[in-house]
Amino acid sequence: MTKEKNKLSRRQVLKTGAGAAAVAASPLGAPLIWAQEIKDIELRHVGVSYSVVKAIGDQAAKDLGFKVTMQNLDTSASINRFITQPNTVDIADLEGWQAKLAVQRGVIQGIETKRVKEFDNFLPIFTKGEFEGASISREGISPYEALYMEGKDSTSLHDGVSDWMTNVPQVYNADSIGYRPDLVGHEVTEWKELIDPKFSGKAGILDVPAIGIMDAALCMESAGIVSYGNKGNMTREEIDMTIDKLIELKRAGHFRSTWTTFDQSVQLMAAGEVEIQSMWSPAVAAVRVKDIPCTYAAVNKKDGKEGYRGWCNGMGLMKHLEGKKLEAAYEYINWYMSGWQGAFVSRYGYYSPVPSTAKKHMSAAEYAYWYEGKPAPEPITDPYGVPMEPAGTVRDGGSFIDRVTNISCWNTLMDEAAYMNKRWNDFKVA
Amino acid sequence: MSPGRNLVGWLNVTPLLLVLIPFFVIPICVVLAVSFVETDGFGGLYPVFTLDNYAMLFRSDLTLRLYAATLKFTLLTLLFTSVIGFWVAYFLVFHVRSKLIAMGLFLVCTVPFWTSNIVRMISWIPLLGKEGLINTGLQGVGIINEPLEFLLFSSFSVVVAYVHQLTIFMIVPIFNSMARIDKSVVEAALDAGASRLDIMRMIILPMSRSGIALGAIFVTSIVMGDFFVVKVMSGGGTASVVGAFYEDVGVLQYPTAAASAIVLTLVVMLLVAAILRVVDIRKEITQ
Repeated sequence: MTKEKNKLSRRQVLKTGAGAAAVAASPLGAPLIWAQEIKDIELRHVGVSYSVVKAIGDQAAKDLGFKVTMQNLDTSASINRFITQPNTVDIADLEGWQAKLAVQRGVIQGIETKRVKEFDNFLPIFTKGEFEGASISREGISPYEALYMEGKDSTSLHDGVSDWMTNVPQVYNADSIGYRPDLVGHEVTEWKELIDPKFSGKAGILDVPAIGIMDAALCMESAGIVSYGNKGNMTREEIDMTIDKLIELKRAGHFRSTWTTFDQSVQLMAAGEVEIQSMWSPAVAAVRVKDIPCTYAAVNKKDGKEGYRGWCNGMGLMKHLEGKKLEAAYEYINWYMSGWQGAFVSRYGYYSPVPSTAKKHMSAAEYAYWYEGKPAPEPITDPYGVPMEPAGTVRDGGSFIDRVTNISCWNTLMDEAAYMNKRWNDFKVA
Repeated sequence: MSPGRNLVGWLNVTPLLLVLIPFFVIPICVVLAVSFVETDGFGGLYPVFTLDNYAMLFRSDLTLRLYAATLKFTLLTLLFTSVIGFWVAYFLVFHVRSKLIAMGLFLVCTVPFWTSNIVRMISWIPLLGKEGLINTGLQGVGIINEPLEFLLFSSFSVVVAYVHQLTIFMIVPIFNSMARIDKSVVEAALDAGASRLDIMRMIILPMSRSGIALGAIFVTSIVMGDFFVVKVMSGGGTASVVGAFYEDVGVLQYPTAAASAIVLTLVVMLLVAAILRVVDIRKEITQ
């Protein structure tokens, strides 16, 4: 019996839940042994709350028959844990820049590309660095940039597809601005609105230095105050110009508040503290669920300016994984790519790297709304069944293609990160 | 000193040492070591001795501004918590006749602390916000037309949250030292014709000094070491010493963060030493 067959029949065992009967049907009885063996396996999947979701882990555990524990930390605590306590993590949820660091530090092992079942169905964003015939932006660390490595135990990245992946992308999105259409009074399509004096005392910005600076850079670029060689890897001079302008704005009382967590951004907007702020797509939806109008700005690229700030999280395998646990980890990754999870994250506005499998787990109406940018044929609910949008609503920013092709930079850690951090603190304390 | 007494002494300090050595001494030694090494800037440490991390810290005026901001909050919090804490304790000890009721009221002071710090802090936000209870109330009555924005995401809201969180750390030790004041001393002073003010100035205040000093040590070390309250309540509008090096850790700049942590530890130790210089707590407690 080949390994492949073995896996298949084990799936059936688990799915039907009629272990004994299925084992009787299986000539060697091997699935029962595997089922017994994996029962005691526990995978610890660690990462940020918007990417490592308990409901998804629970479903995976149910489908796969072993234990999955989801642990949430903020971005900086996660990368610190992956690097300083790698043995306390099995699956590291990595952003592109974190994957790059994890490879350099040698804490993750390469994932064999050919064992990722849906790899051939991945969007070309991940396999060619292009989408809809155009190259994706390589400002910052795109999901393509840090996705491949030289070998299983290598500490260097490989430019372009190789036999080994640093992580398997699982969720990504495009971030922009959220605003109150009732108070702002017109459609916002440019980042410069966020620093426009007319919103003095009513604006907010993201206070996670590494990505807050990119939102600020998009604003400065849009307003023509600073032009950047690469917003994803600024020079000291560019950082200085950006921060100096931020300080000037702060002293003029422009920012009502900054925010660090998803919930804070929702609260600021819902409580009327700000009218416009940098924001994540599901946070905008969370404001709307409270019956407060909130729009996610479609900041499509134009004249070499604007565009969304993209990010992508994927699953990396820690170096210590081996034997059955490693097998289980591959099973887990393949389960992620098989559609249930893709559909789940799509229902709060994020995207799957394999939309073809996610589509199978979504209703036609859901797919039309979330991916195709069409008016919702029927009311839309979130992944937990809470009503979100009435029928007829069109998603802000349009279709999947409209949004993703308009990403102009990606979350990153710049070479000058230490300097930038220091300057960001200058802004905070000013 | 006989060997027996020596042994008993060591046994007495053993539990404390068992906690302090693994959870304080060793970690701080690690931090100290890291503060003197070089880094590749991405989390890797080279075992090469350098003073650059400290040099950078002392050459940057950001350090000064961060300490100024943090010290400002520490002093304001100390001022309000000690005034409020002193009067609460004074009332409980000298104005509540029944010991039982005094103890009961004292326990009531701790009720808000049954819930977490974070909840107590966050609960100020709906109260102080632009559309919060206070602003809508005042606007409803017609006292103001525009919401008062200084109430939230300002130094004001930071101090409010600190005072709310930390006053208990003043009440407890002050209550404790006041409770040990012999009431007959106060009566004797009254009989001898002392005014209320004299009693306060010459008896109660001096005899509560150790409590105030203990409370001040708690408050100072907590506020100096905090970053979360500042971050949330100021709406990111100001920074703190710890907040700044927490962000260094976030981008894996371990040595500079370690150097900042060591400097902060020294500063807090100096502040505590200064408090202890003013009040000899050891002497006062064993009196």
